[in-house]
Amino acid sequence: MLLENTVAPDFTLFATPDQKITLSEFKGKNVILAFYPADWSPVCSDQMALYNEVRQYFKQYDAELFGISVDSKWCHLAFSQSRSLHFPLLADFEPKGAVAQQFGVYDDQEGECKRALFVIDKEGIIQWSYLSPTAINPGADGILAALSNLKTK
Amino acid sequence: MSLKIAVSQSDHVQGNLNAGLTIVEYGDYQCPYCGAAYPVLKKLMKEYGQQLKFVFRNFPLSEMHEYALAAAIAAEAAGLQNKFWQMHDAIYENQEQLNEQYLFTLAEKVGLDIQQFKADIRRAELTDRIEADFQGGIMSGVNGTPSFYVNAKKFEGGAEDLYQLLGE
Repeated sequence: MLLENTVAPDFTLFATPDQKITLSEFKGKNVILAFYPADWSPVCSDQMALYNEVRQYFKQYDAELFGISVDSKWCHLAFSQSRSLHFPLLADFEPKGAVAQQFGVYDDQEGECKRALFVIDKEGIIQWSYLSPTAINPGADGILAALSNLKTK
Repeated sequence: MSLKIAVSQSDHVQGNLNAGLTIVEYGDYQCPYCGAAYPVLKKLMKEYGQQLKFVFRNFPLSEMHEYALAAAIAAEAAGLQNKFWQMHDAIYENQEQLNEQYLFTLAEKVGLDIQQFKADIRRAELTDRIEADFQGGIMSGVNGTPSFYVNAKKFEGGAEDLYQLLGE
């Protein structure tokens, strides 16, 4: 898993069925990458649904949030609509898990992303990363603490 | 993970206020898992209420649950008339019927002064308080609802697990 002070590998992934997002286009903003195993986990403790509620706190730190899993762009679209998510879910779908592998957070036994968080600063450097046990939703406190540290650096 | 906001006078508390054991719940009034936890917590308080202090804090997942915030405001407004727990219980006991209009029905049912209630639900202090609960929850590592803390330490389990813990 990539650790702090590493340059975040650039990537381009589908965010919607007809739109791709490239990480390096977000230089000048802080970026949160939340790799997660799969869409459609149980509702009230779902990590993406929680981040959807916490968006405004991330915004205070000028941070853009992206969820990433190996689900397809169409699956993401349905999931996103069903949970009214207001941030992009990126499809690490083809070649499967390639971006997760670059970040060192691909679980090749399950064929899914591990549950991992990265906070990347405005220059594109990873400033914080965290690998969570797959079954445990890591919450948002670690991300917020990392963003708060960026501000004081 | 530990509780970042200590239990204080401003919290909604029931049970034995001098007990050495404190359980804090971060809950959402529309969350079905909180609804399922409610009768278990009721049973737990009935049997062990003398041994512990129970605190409820707001964690409305407003994007997911359209009436969660309105319900939280209604319970806080009832609190201004010293009927927080009555309203809290009434909402969970009728969770399936929850909507904005129904909250007024419940307010009458628990015997609130309705004119006062209608004025109070517009007060900014109530939403500020709910927001502060939510923010404190996030910083304490709340990752879904319900989330429980036992003596300020995050409890990785549900209401049934809490009940079992107390039985030991």
